[in-house]
Amino acid sequence: MRVSRGMRLSLRTIALGYLLLLLALPVGFVFYKTFDKGLGAVWDALTSDNAISAIKLTLLMVAVAVPLNTAFGVLAALVIVRGRVRGKALLNALIDLPFAVSPVVVGLALYLLYGRQGWFGSWLLDHGIQVIFSTPGMILATVFVSLPFVVREVIPVLREIGTGQEEAAATLGASAWQTFWRITLPAIRWGVLYGVVLTTARALGEFGAVSVVSGKILGSTDTLPVYVQNRFEAFDLTGAYAASAMLALIALATLLLMTKLQPKEART
Amino acid sequence: MGIVTLYLSVIVLLPLAAVFAKAGEHGLSAGWDVITSKEALSTLELTLVVSLVVTAINAVIGTVIAWVLVRDRFPGQGIVNAIIDLPFALPTIVAGLTLLTLYGSRGPFGFSVAYTRIGVAVALLFVTLPFVVRTVQPVLMELDPEAEEAAASLGAGSFTIVRRIILPNLVPAILAGVALSFARAIGEFGSVVLISGNLPFKTEVTSVYIFGQIESGGVSGAAAVAVVLLLVALLVLTGINLLSRWSLRHAR
Repeated sequence: MRVSRGMRLSLRTIALGYLLLLLALPVGFVFYKTFDKGLGAVWDALTSDNAISAIKLTLLMVAVAVPLNTAFGVLAALVIVRGRVRGKALLNALIDLPFAVSPVVVGLALYLLYGRQGWFGSWLLDHGIQVIFSTPGMILATVFVSLPFVVREVIPVLREIGTGQEEAAATLGASAWQTFWRITLPAIRWGVLYGVVLTTARALGEFGAVSVVSGKILGSTDTLPVYVQNRFEAFDLTGAYAASAMLALIALATLLLMTKLQPKEART
Repeated sequence: MGIVTLYLSVIVLLPLAAVFAKAGEHGLSAGWDVITSKEALSTLELTLVVSLVVTAINAVIGTVIAWVLVRDRFPGQGIVNAIIDLPFALPTIVAGLTLLTLYGSRGPFGFSVAYTRIGVAVALLFVTLPFVVRTVQPVLMELDPEAEEAAASLGAGSFTIVRRIILPNLVPAILAGVALSFARAIGEFGSVVLISGNLPFKTEVTSVYIFGQIESGGVSGAAAVAVVLLLVALLVLTGINLLSRWSLRHAR
């Protein structure tokens, strides 16, 4: 549309002004606040025993949730796009459920299943396995909330590449397994990778669901986001800002990766 | 198919089934009593109203941002385009702390939205920003400027072109973004919990109420209210799904 220069400039100002006030300034200010007290204080805060343990636990969340949901995501996308089974549409709709569920409700749901009075909780506790207020529950929460990303990214790519090459490979005698590894997977790799980046970001940063089922024991069942809240409420602002800045840096790195991955996806 | 269904059932469906089961454990009327208790009702009212306001703001500003990203050209546009997704990448608790730092009582501006409903709205605006932008942007890219130019050459003013040509094409995308943004807003927890102060009857949203109920042992009540949130979100998403199918058929 040929809009007047004035209109164009005012729309630009509104859009950029809004983004500045809502996104750029607040995030920038947290970095400023973090490094206000000098790099040494930040380093000390991040290398305290409690912070290190939170970082380790957060990495564990990623290490479990990302491979599980990636394998599931690719498989589910194959079933939804290529499968000839009934119930595909329902499956497709159900996979988006985690996006529609409040994180707190996710935590509540796990609590009701695995808590002391939960469906499986008492049996598991009798066998010495504590899920809620402990690491397994936090892992389950993380897997739940980060489940749809890989599926959602792979489905459109699978649709786009079509079945021509796969059929050709099959005609030439390749087994289904060979076709998957040699033809399908290389073709969808950017979609998978994009999904992995999103899954990782969500797994690192999930707060609500993890917070409900975390024992909130400092230095033992804190992930980084839970640690941020914990430090904030204990008036340890340096600790809260340092951990926040670290998570914000990871978020910015994620954005960078996403923009680097997207054009490649369009090219292949 | 078997593995996929099993995984989805164990991770997602079974836990959600437990919430419904718990909510109905003492009969429907008991659940209803909890939902209609004064505090629960006030959190639901606040959550729905603020989410509606936030979603309406998103519909307008999201479309404007998408338009600026697609049709305008200015230096640094790539960076602006990239940071739109920041709210998706940034952990919600960090978002909350971030907003509280700048717009809280110890912020540099001398005003504070902490512990107010405006604060709740600001947090929700932050986390739902990308939805409308990201659903409208691709549609706007595909939109052929020729129709607009034709309208202009026939003497239509900018306002008429926006109203008669651009908006009708964007409405399905805006609605899709609006639905996602609303579903996200009613369940949001991490970004709100610090900035709202969680004052009952004033700034306490439903997710925070549920959290409080779990911590104080009122799990049945938490489940009953959680079912309301779940049903509203599902209703909105299903509605939008049907609408997009209808508009797709309509377009052909």
